Amino acid sequence: MTDSMPHQVDILLVDPDRHGVASDRAFRYISTAAGFSVLALLALVLISTTGAAWPAFSGQGLGFLTSTTWDVPNNEFGALAFAYGTLVVSLIALVLAVPVSIGISLYITEVAPHRLRKPVIYSIDLLATIPSVVYGLWGVRVFAPWIDTRYETVAGWFDSIPVLNTLFNGRPVSGVSFMTAGIIVGIMITPIITSLTREVFATVPSSLREGAYALGATRWEMIRGAVFPHSRGGITAAVMIGLGRAMGETIAVALVIGSSSVVTARLFNPGDAMASIIANQFGESTGEYRAALIGLGVVLFFITFLINGLARVWINNGRRKAGVT
Amino acid sequence: MSMSVDDLTRPRGNARSIRDAAATTLMAASVVAVMIPLVMVLVYVIRQGSALFGWHFLTSDIPTTRSRGGGMGPAVAGTLLITGFASLLAIPLGVMGGIYLNEYGRNSRPARILRVLSDVMTGVPSIVMGLFIYTFLVLRTQALSGFAGALALAALMLPVVIRATEEMLRLVPDDLRLGSLALGSRRSTTIMRVVLPAALPGIISGALLALARAAGETAPLLFVIGITTTTNWSLSGTNTALSVQIFRNATQPFEGAQQRAWAAALTLILIAFAFTIIARLVSAALTRRSGAT
Repeated sequence: MTDSMPHQVDILLVDPDRHGVASDRAFRYISTAAGFSVLALLALVLISTTGAAWPAFSGQGLGFLTSTTWDVPNNEFGALAFAYGTLVVSLIALVLAVPVSIGISLYITEVAPHRLRKPVIYSIDLLATIPSVVYGLWGVRVFAPWIDTRYETVAGWFDSIPVLNTLFNGRPVSGVSFMTAGIIVGIMITPIITSLTREVFATVPSSLREGAYALGATRWEMIRGAVFPHSRGGITAAVMIGLGRAMGETIAVALVIGSSSVVTARLFNPGDAMASIIANQFGESTGEYRAALIGLGVVLFFITFLINGLARVWINNGRRKAGVT
Repeated sequence: MSMSVDDLTRPRGNARSIRDAAATTLMAASVVAVMIPLVMVLVYVIRQGSALFGWHFLTSDIPTTRSRGGGMGPAVAGTLLITGFASLLAIPLGVMGGIYLNEYGRNSRPARILRVLSDVMTGVPSIVMGLFIYTFLVLRTQALSGFAGALALAALMLPVVIRATEEMLRLVPDDLRLGSLALGSRRSTTIMRVVLPAALPGIISGALLALARAAGETAPLLFVIGITTTTNWSLSGTNTALSVQIFRNATQPFEGAQQRAWAAALTLILIAFAFTIIARLVSAALTRRSGAT
């Protein structure tokens, strides 16, 4: 048997140490328990938040997910307007962040001279180190007032084009709007998408690159013919993880979205999102109102868990496939 | 003119090379595009924040919202206390969890599931952890405290530390483990004396990066630590943090409050950067000392 050697090594490393002394076994049990702590954490989060949100779920029924009415005095809590806001902000953020992130990753892996790579990577990491609340502060105090009047100019450009004249329209309140929130979140999710796509591009075998060059391809043709086809799954996963981050972004959005529970296609109008409304209204809430806000958190948890889960399984399958070939 | 290799690989002057040049320009432009907000945020935070920043700001009590000047001493203390205690909870547990995944679990089914679960948990919105600790602890004890805040941050850090530890342990070659076992060491001794030291630089740097992230978090703390205007170095009793103070002061119409928000932002960025730089230095220094790898 040619594979007996690695097989035995595996047994040595994985099999439980049955003859170990007590301290050795204790160490194993403790570390196993620590490994399962994530599972315990997940279960506790689920049970605890769902339990506290139950009055709102049972009180509102399906209306919690399908109604756009958020009427606190009348105890009517429909989350749809906020789900819509979360979706709009996340989509704007993705549309801005994904092309830029892919551009940066390609620049780092394919174009940049060696001594420039580290500084570029460190700068992007720096962007990820800046806390969310600082982006929010800058957004509401500097960026929103600056962009406020420019929204009108942009709306003017698209005035006579159908569809776009609805999208690029609206009345921001001193600069805060869906669009402002989307831009800020776009800046914030760029580092994570960049680092994930960079990892994906780095796994493209150099034989593919060399093959494309040998056929006379330019660099761009090589990227299109060799790098992109090989990275499709990885890029999709990176975009989904970025989407998950964007949907969960709370504090910066709470400061620059404008707090208005209206469903509108006008991106320059103020709105509200699921995470941001929790941050903005939790303090003043009581009873079923508070339960409804916790319920928003539970829904958000489920959505982001699903998106991230799919992306991770996707990445792992891709890795396994890459490992086989 | 003779043809050089360059002429072959980089055709000039036709549609293909123009497209190639345009693509390269766009890639470089993306890097510039992302540098603009980075520089703008840093410039504004430094310019607006340095007006009030200083020893007095870092140590004195928080004044009323309307008044000018004053400091953020209680928030600095709160941020350090809460993130410090959160690390004390999350790092040992996370390192042990990473040890399970790489040293015992490996490719077994539970380990694979826990690995994906940890990855997924790193993407859970931080406000969910705030709601979790609120419903799990604050509702039961009816007490807002720095301890509750530390628990929320620890819950956020745990999956990050587990995965960072595992990634670093995976880089340790199996030869080291086999050598140690062949000399008669027990599994636990092998892990603690051979494997863990070899991976230590990476683990420390991963933990510090998680810490830097946690120090800047606002959403998990918002509902669970309460508010205070005087320094509270105790884990019990209401507390405050720099991030929460920035959030509360950002939309205040009073100039004094806004100034304190900017200076608090400067402080928070300095803390986060300090941890990030220390992480890099530690890993660089320990790597150099241990020779190769």
